[in-house]
Order: sequence, then structure tokens, then C-alpha cells
Amino acid sequence: MDITFLLNGETVTLPDVPPTRTLLDWLREDRRMTGTKEGCNEGDCGACSVMVSDADGARALNACILFLPQLHGKAVRTVEGIAAPDGTLHPVQQAMIDHHGSQCGFCTPGFIVTMATAHLNGARDHDVQLAGNLCRCTGYAPIIRAAEAAAEQPVPEWMQHEKSFFLPEISSGGAGGRQPPVAQSFRPRNADDLAALYTAWSGATLIAGATDVGLWVTKQLRELDPVIFLGGCDDLKHIEIADETVHIGAMVDMNAMGAAMERLHTSYAAMIRRYGSVQVRGAATVGGNIANGSPIGDNPPALIALGATLHLRKGDTRRDVPLEDFFVEYGKQDRQPGEFVEAVSFRRQPDRLKCYKLSKRFDQDISAVCGCFDIKVENGTVAGARIAFGGMAGIPKRAAHVEATLTGQRWTPDTIAAAQAAFDADFAPLSDMRASARYRLETARALLARYFAEDMGETVSVREVSA
Amino acid sequence: MSVAKPLPHDSARLHVTGAARYVDDIPVPADCLHLCFGLSEIARGTVAEMDLSAVRAAPGVVAVLAAQDLPFETDVSPSAHDEPLLADGTVHYAGQPLFLVVAQSHLAARRAARLVRVEIEAQEPILTIEEALAANSRFEDGPRIWQKGDARAAISATPHVIEGTIEMGGQEHFYLEGQAALALPQDNGDMVVLSSTQHPTEVQHKVAEAIGVPMHGVRVETRRMGGGFGGKESQGNALAVACAVAARATGRACKMRYDRDDDMVITGKRHDFRITYRAGFDDEGRIKGVEFVQYTRCGWSQDLSLPVADRAMLHADNAYLLPACRIESHRLRTNMQSATAFRGFGGPQGVLGIERVLDHVAHHLGRDPVAVRVLNYYAEAHAEAAGASGGDIFPQEEAVDSAPDLASRGAVAAEPRGDGPRLPETAQTTPYGMEVADFELHGITRELLRRCDYAGRRASVQEWNARGGVIRRGIAFSPVKFGISFTLTHLNQAGALVHVYQDGSVHLNHGGTEMGQGLHQKVAQVAASRFGVDISRIRITATDTGKVPNTSATAASSGSDLNGMAVRAACDTIRDRIAVFLAERHQADPHSVIFADERVQVGGESYDFAEAVGLAYMGRVSLSATGFYRTPGLEWDRVRGHGRPFFYFAHGAAVSEVAVDTLTGEHRLLRVDILHDCGQSLNPAIDIGQIEGGFVQGAGWLTSEELVWDDKGVLRTHAPSTYKIPACSDRPDIFNVTLWDGQNREDTIYRSKAVGEPPLMLGVSAFLAIGDAIASCGSAYPALDAPATPERVWAAIQRVRHGV
Repeated sequence: MDITFLLNGETVTLPDVPPTRTLLDWLREDRRMTGTKEGCNEGDCGACSVMVSDADGARALNACILFLPQLHGKAVRTVEGIAAPDGTLHPVQQAMIDHHGSQCGFCTPGFIVTMATAHLNGARDHDVQLAGNLCRCTGYAPIIRAAEAAAEQPVPEWMQHEKSFFLPEISSGGAGGRQPPVAQSFRPRNADDLAALYTAWSGATLIAGATDVGLWVTKQLRELDPVIFLGGCDDLKHIEIADETVHIGAMVDMNAMGAAMERLHTSYAAMIRRYGSVQVRGAATVGGNIANGSPIGDNPPALIALGATLHLRKGDTRRDVPLEDFFVEYGKQDRQPGEFVEAVSFRRQPDRLKCYKLSKRFDQDISAVCGCFDIKVENGTVAGARIAFGGMAGIPKRAAHVEATLTGQRWTPDTIAAAQAAFDADFAPLSDMRASARYRLETARALLARYFAEDMGETVSVREVSA
Repeated sequence: MSVAKPLPHDSARLHVTGAARYVDDIPVPADCLHLCFGLSEIARGTVAEMDLSAVRAAPGVVAVLAAQDLPFETDVSPSAHDEPLLADGTVHYAGQPLFLVVAQSHLAARRAARLVRVEIEAQEPILTIEEALAANSRFEDGPRIWQKGDARAAISATPHVIEGTIEMGGQEHFYLEGQAALALPQDNGDMVVLSSTQHPTEVQHKVAEAIGVPMHGVRVETRRMGGGFGGKESQGNALAVACAVAARATGRACKMRYDRDDDMVITGKRHDFRITYRAGFDDEGRIKGVEFVQYTRCGWSQDLSLPVADRAMLHADNAYLLPACRIESHRLRTNMQSATAFRGFGGPQGVLGIERVLDHVAHHLGRDPVAVRVLNYYAEAHAEAAGASGGDIFPQEEAVDSAPDLASRGAVAAEPRGDGPRLPETAQTTPYGMEVADFELHGITRELLRRCDYAGRRASVQEWNARGGVIRRGIAFSPVKFGISFTLTHLNQAGALVHVYQDGSVHLNHGGTEMGQGLHQKVAQVAASRFGVDISRIRITATDTGKVPNTSATAASSGSDLNGMAVRAACDTIRDRIAVFLAERHQADPHSVIFADERVQVGGESYDFAEAVGLAYMGRVSLSATGFYRTPGLEWDRVRGHGRPFFYFAHGAAVSEVAVDTLTGEHRLLRVDILHDCGQSLNPAIDIGQIEGGFVQGAGWLTSEELVWDDKGVLRTHAPSTYKIPACSDRPDIFNVTLWDGQNREDTIYRSKAVGEPPLMLGVSAFLAIGDAIASCGSAYPALDAPATPERVWAAIQRVRHGV
């Protein structure tokens, strides 16, 4: 596959790139640009962060799980391109020096790129912006001081260009399937292209954001052939909020999903802020998070609680399934060869959704338990309940017995207690390195109590208190 | 004067522009080869068959080496010669290297390594403390026992006795830069090794042994590490040796870096501990006697476990005068990664043991935990340090045997060495018989409590909790007193090499390595101060065994203490030569020559520093010198547990406040106040950075960082996706760190104190604060174990509430 992108302002055209060559390896090994570091090679530490810009703006992404073809038509800025060409430091660089924000310095290039991206975008929620960059030396305090200081400085002139940096003409052009020596790869330009291609190549691996598939390559060392990159399918990237329904294209990334949920379901949006990191959310897609069938993905429980419908397509044939029915058992989904997730949708509804995510670390951690509750109460009686959990079974799963126990009952502590007993009928979770079966089951019950307490106006989160 | 200024890290600009080079960033020859180990997936057994044919046939593979292919004894242990580079037929842990792939690329080597077909006859692994005790699987013959007085008798004479157990997990270093080494073969069979190591001399020693040359045939260079934390004291040996062996075999440069998962699976971590305790105390909480049993899982090889376990015993008192004390220490051998050095080196585990006791005592009596602590403190230091280092700075040379690993902390001091310094009858001593003559914590505690309004906030926390909501608060104080010196006395030495060039620029090297702690910056500030010049004249380059030989590891917080003094000595030698030369020219007294503000003043004349240097050069004065330092006054018998192992103590204290969700066990650090003793700081900005970072790392150890092995002995948390070090939002919202305004009572470099390790132990306050919040849920003592994950916190709440 031939690709073209801008690297620190310079046009780079690469013929016949191996489709799963990562940007990080290419930068460090082929270009000998070693400022971008490999810390974990799985998108969890941020040491490899790069700035990628396109028509949607600039975002920080993890270069270790970013395949070169995903960059086609975009602009990439690495740490080597953050200072001005004459060596003048970017405000975040100067602030990191002034505030002693680097010690060993190995995580620093990743921090600089993420901070410069946030600075360019005017983002000041530093804890959110930097959740995907791990530092083992500083304890983060001086880095935050630096970010706060830099936020007071204007975007330097040489970074202003970043906003018009992408290459729309190439973006719309696009490389098709050729016969490279390494592996077959395709870049469909819309859902119709994809439908045709995937029907013909139903054994292909679909790559949306590569935050999961990336690890198949970097950790499992799998060779993928053929692959279909979905990044060119702009028609799958829309969120449509109509009067009756909310329709989310499969290629909507999680940052965009979070922004949309801010207006509709704030608890869901708050959970999305803990989903991966800005780097991961900037790549990961709603469709990918559903289609990979993970029992611990955080979108499915929330969407199931909202009563979402999944829109599948194979060739020209489309079908809809309730999202919870898509997950058949661990590792098995209701998806035919050549069939792909086109969108997910749910009805507009009053916001009764609460999403509770339990993990060892607040930010950027995989859920031990993710409980999503949508309980409608009318005149002091439960009019309806949809409750779904991740981490409690081999699939994202509804708590049918709990729902039944609640429905039609008075909205009281006694009802909650009765419903808590019903969890045993719905779930028999496993023990693993994240949590024991006992903790999972008991806290699942407790989260129902939290929902009630929160509904009663109690303080239920350690995030709501301060010293 | 440069010293005491908050100057930025010397590499700060390189860090922020991505220009700072780490081992994997160094340009290599085009034909450089890349290495990867093939690992055992079985924790214990014997290798029945290992078929490497598919590995050898894989694309890009140049060579594959197994144990029998190695030309010399190839051991990578820092202590007991019990770590063959490649398994010699017996497998001791899941993750042990079995063979070495040499290939044309990193990826090719990794891919090929997975193609092995290996058959291991598995045996039941020894994993738990119980299993190790039952099998008597341990290092040393039996438990090490140190005693002061008769603890049992003392306890039985008290009105109150408590007993308990605390389990504390290990900790993965998670240096952001994984282990890495690059070997460049030279003519005449010599080898240059660039290594991400805290201990270049040991790498030199191990590489020399592995390629069959004397140490003079190997030169090791370390410019910087992307974090060390103790994880690169011995764990880099294997990569450096592998690279050297492969480079010798192929005649080509060889590089090895671990993929993160491999790094976590192969390398050792902080020792986990179980500490049982029994303490007797009076009605006010004054401890009369305490007994500890410390159990630690050392993993499969000895590594540095003996001195780690020693240091846990040495910190079993922390800040408290224990009239009678018995400490029993079991160093257990298990089929796991070999636990190794990690910031604090056993100290944090020992400290947490006694802090648990104090917390439990206070809970038992219903007294304020701070009051109980202060009651048990050592007495305030007198103005004059008693029993300190006066006396002979250069005592008689001690004979040392010629064991091969002298430069390692894993080496064991040979013989008991007498009774230690004689102390006055009234002296307050540690359980190991050292007088505590520099105790600073009374003043530090008073000032810290005042600044953070401990009393007022404690009252409001109690008031909040009395309302009985879902979210509880906790507040806790903890102090640290940390002993500074290598407990293997001969390691307390350092060397330096200083050159002054004709243009007045200064180039210096010392034995310490830079891992982010700002050592080079501090030492450069010392040099600038000695010459009275601006810091910009000073350049420190890579630590190099060819420039400064026989170095000790940069460890035990000792870097700036030891190397700062060595550099001072070298600078003073050159400075004094220049002074003598100029004084002679001007018929002045050499002592009257002043080096300050970039100028040299002599007999009414004032020269620019460079001008003075130029004159000295023209006058044929040597402008290069070495410097050397050895810490005075140390005497230590580790077998009896008696003597003066430490030059001095560093102190600090913290107050942490947390919120705990009683439904789920989730918690959050709200506010932390720290007052820490760095003596007269060499660089307050760098020291504050060490304190902030150390605190968060310590809090991480005790909260979110959990290592999980399955029942087969396989580490399940081998990546940042499953092992969670603190992230940005885990730092407290309010985080006040202040330096105690004091100076070292001992004659250290500019009266500063070591800062690397001590602040890590302040993280204990966060752990205790969580316990405080849990205690508000009922009347039972929470007896929280570490790490305090939401699950452990939740379980402790159930115990406090329901006794289950």
C-alpha cells in the first residue's frame, strides 16, 4: 500500500508499506528519529505519543499501536517537531524545564506531545488530557504545574499551522488495494466499498482504531493478512442525534462519543473519560469496542442499559439486533463472515442512566466490574429497569432477574435489598487478576445501592469530596 | 555559589526536545544484531527436550545459543553465583531465560524465540510462604535473629498486649525505559558495553567473566537511564552479558532490549513481606517490648535478598525507641522472579511493620495515633552530635577477602567485627545497638502538624464520619527515619576524575549513574562551587568504568553523598594547585587566593577563571585530578546485628487525608502535606522532586500496584494494562512539600542529606489514612493489608462491620 503523510511538515511518501508496520518502529528504526520512545508497546504508557492532525483537528495518539496506513493523508508531529525550527522552545517545553517536570526524561517526549496537543486545542482539564501518560519519577505534580503555566501562554505561531496541516486532496484520493509483497491490504472509502470488499475477503481483519488489533501485532506477533483499514470510511463517522433516536456510526471514535454523551447521558460521558486515555479514545471506535466482543468493554453495558440496537451489514443486506443479543457467549458474537457493524442506535430518553466502573486505578484501567443502570421511577414505583454489566460474565450481560425483582415495586430500600438478592440468579463471575468472584458479585449488588443512594441525593463518589 | 540553587536538571532541555539519548537511541553499526531470550513458561522443573531447529530456521536469525554453547562460566548474579545466564537444565521460575536468539532485527528475534519446542518435566513449584517454610526452602541456614533486651519478658510485664499480621505486596519498578544493553566488540578481544545500569562496575565484572578477559578488557558506559529505582542495580547484568557473549561470537555489535512484558516477566521486583507482631505497652501507649517475625519471598536466586532483608530488620524500629525488641527474619526461596533492590531496599517493609504496630496500639487505646507515636519517638538530638564521626577519617585498612563480587551489595560481610563503637551508658540505641544522635522528628512533627492543621482537620474528619454516609474520610500521619550508608561497609567509597581545560571549561566524571535523580546536576553544582564558577562551565559525561574504576552501585540514596565528596576532593586538588601557582607568582599566601564569581583573586590581582587556568597551563601545572572518598565511622556486624551501619539518619513526615467509598472500597487521596529533612539541600528543586515522586511511588506500592501470580507461579500482571502504577489523577489535589530547615549534623557534602529513598516511606501515611477511614465503620481494628486495592479495602470494611 502506498501512503502519503506529513512528518513534522515534510511530505513523506512510502510505497508498499507493510500494513502492520507501526509508526513507532518506522520512526525509530527507519527514520532514526528516536525522540519518540517505546515504553510498553501496547498503548498504556504514552511514551510514544505523537500528534496526528486531519480535518477533525489535532489529537494525541500512541505511535506504538498506530499502523502506518492509518496515517494516510494526515499530518504527524513528533517531539522533534514541537519546538520552532530555530530551536525556540514551545511553551510546554519551557514550562517543563522551569517547573522541573522531567527527571529521568524517558516519558517526557510523550508528555510534551500530549501537552502540546492539549495546548493547541485549548484543553485545560490536565488530569484528563494526561491520564494516558505514565511517569514513574515525578509524582506528576511538577508536570501539572508546567501544564497550568503553559496554558497561560498563547499557541506559538509555528503550531498555528497545525490546524490546516492535513492533506484533504490526498485524504479524498486514497490508495486502493494493490498487490504488495508483504500482505494484502485495503482502504475502502465508504461503507459501500467496505461492504463489497468484506464480502469478497471475509477472512480479512478489519482495523478501525487498532487499539485492540495493535496488540495482536505488537504482543502476540500475529501476521495479519489481508487487512482492511476502515479509517477512510467517513460515512461511518457520524453521530446523528434526532428527535427520537441517537444513531452512532461504527467509526465514531470514543472522544467524539464522549462529547456527544455529555449532552445526553452525563454519567456515561463521565465513564468514557476513564475509558483508556485521550490517546486511546482518539483512536478507538464505538464499533470496534462492540465488534471485538470483549466481556470487559465499557460501551456495551451502557448501550445495553439504554436499549441499543446494533445495525449489521453484509454486502447490501442489513439487519438489526438488540445489542445484548449480539453477544452470544465468550468469544462468540452473532456476526456472519463478511458482516460488519455499521452503527448502533438507541432511543432518545430521559437521562436515568448511571454508569459505574470499578477498577484498581481510577484512570485508564480495565474494569473489574462495570455496572450500568437505567431505572425509571414513576410516582415512587419502578416503571422499568434495564441493568447491564461488564466483567460479570463471559459477555456483557443484562441482569434480568434483578430487573424483574425491581419492576413494579416501590422505590424503597426494601426493594433494593430484595433486588440485591437476585444478583445470584443473574451472575456467577470469575476470579482473575483484577478481582475475585466474591468482590465482583458483592460490589455489583452494592452498585445498585449506590444508584438508589445517588437518586436520593447522597454523596456516593470519592470524587465529590475534597479536603 | 552554585550549591543550594534550584537549578534545572542538566538534561532538561534534551528531555523536552526528545534529544536525550538512552541506550536504544544510540546509533549502531549497520550490521548490528538484536537479541531476545526464549523463556520458560513453567515455574519449576527440568528441561527434558529443547528443539531449537525452528528457531534457527526462522527468518533473520543469525545464531541461537543455549547454556551449553556459552564459552565461559556465564553467571549474572550479583551475589552467590547462582544465576546462570541461560537455564542449565533446571528451571526455577516462569520467565527464566532458556536460550538466546541473535537476529537481524528486534522483531525477528522476538518472533523466532516463540518457535521453540520445549518439553519441561514440571515439578510442584514452591510459591507461598507456607510452602517455603514447609520445605525449609530458604537462603542462609535459618532465620536471622537480632535482639535487644528480653522482649518476651518486657511484653509480659505490660498491661496491654496486641498481636497481628500484615501482608504487604511486592512492587514492579516500571522504569519507563525497559532494560537495555549494547555491546560493541573491539580489537584484541576487548568489549565496550553501553548499558542501562545503576552499576557499571558490576556489568564490567560480569561481562569480563563471561567473555574470559580481565576487567581491563571491558569498558562500560552509562550516560543515563530512563528510571532505575533499584531495578537496574543487578537486573541489567543478563542483557549486557548476553550482548557481549553474542558480540564475541559474531564479531558484530549486539543490542538487547526487553519488550515490556518480557521485562516484567523476567526481572525481579520489590520483596513482598508478611510481618507478624506482638507488642506490649502501658496505658498511654508507650511500647515496652515488641517481637517481629518477618517473612519474605526472595524468589529463585539470592540476588540482593540478604541485605534487603537485613535493611527491613534495620528499619523495624523506624522512629521509635524500642526498649526491648526481637526481630526474626526468614529469607525464603521460591520459584518466582528473584526479588531485588527497589528504592528503600527492605526499609519500607520494616517501616510499615512498626507503623502498623503503632497504629494498632493507638486504636486499641483509643488515643490519637500521632500522640502515641511522639510518645515513642527517640529523644531529640542534642546540639552536638554525640558518638559521631570525629576520630580518624582514614581508619586502618580492613582486610577483605577476594570474593569475586566485592562490588555488589549481594556480597556478604565476612566476619563479625567486634562490638562496635562504645556508647555512653545513657545513650538511646536502635535495636542493633547504634546510638541515635541526630533525631530530628520532634521538631519536624510539631511544625508539620501546625502547618497542615492536623488537629482541626482530624476533628472535621471525625465529624464527617459521625454522619455515617457512604463516603468516609481518613487522616493519618507517618514519620520516617532512614539509615544512610550501604550496610556492606566497604561499598561506602567513591571516586571522581576532573579535568580543567585550557579554556576554563571543566569536564568531570564520577562513579555515580544518572537515572533521573539529578545526581549529575547536584555534583556539577558542587564542582562549580569549588571553582567559584558558573554551572555552564561544568560538563559531566557518561559514567565510564575507564574513567572512574571500582565504583559502587548508584544505590542506597548514596549517590550525591559519596560522589559529591569525591568530586569535591578532585576539584580542591586542582584548585589548590592553581592557588599555589598563582600565589607564588604574586608572592601571596596560597590560602588567600579566592575562587569566586567566575574570578580568581590573588594578591590584589583579579583574573577571569579561564585566564587563571591558562596561566596555570602555561606554568605547567597539572589540571587533571582524581578524587576519592570513604564514609568515616562505620562499623557493622550483620550476623549479630550490632554496630554502626549508618553514617546518619534522614528524616521526614507526612500527613495524608483520603476519602473511602464504603460500598465498593474505592478511595482517593485528597491532600498530602510533607516536611522532609534534606539537611542543607544541594538543590531544593531536585530534592522536592525526589520527595514528590518518592511519595507517589510509595503510595502506589501500598494502594493500586498489585502483583498477581497464578497457582502455577505465572505472573498474571506483566504489562501496564494489568499492573497499575499511579496515573496523573492519583496524585493528591493538594500536595504541599516543604524542606525542613536544617543541616546534617555529620560532615557530609555541604551538610546535605541523602534524599533518594526516604520519602518513599512517607506513602505509608496514605495507607494508614485509608485504614483510619475504614475504622470509622465499626469497632474492630481494620488490619488492612497492602496493597489497599478497592477489593482489600472493601474486605476490611466487611471485617470491621460484620467481623467477616
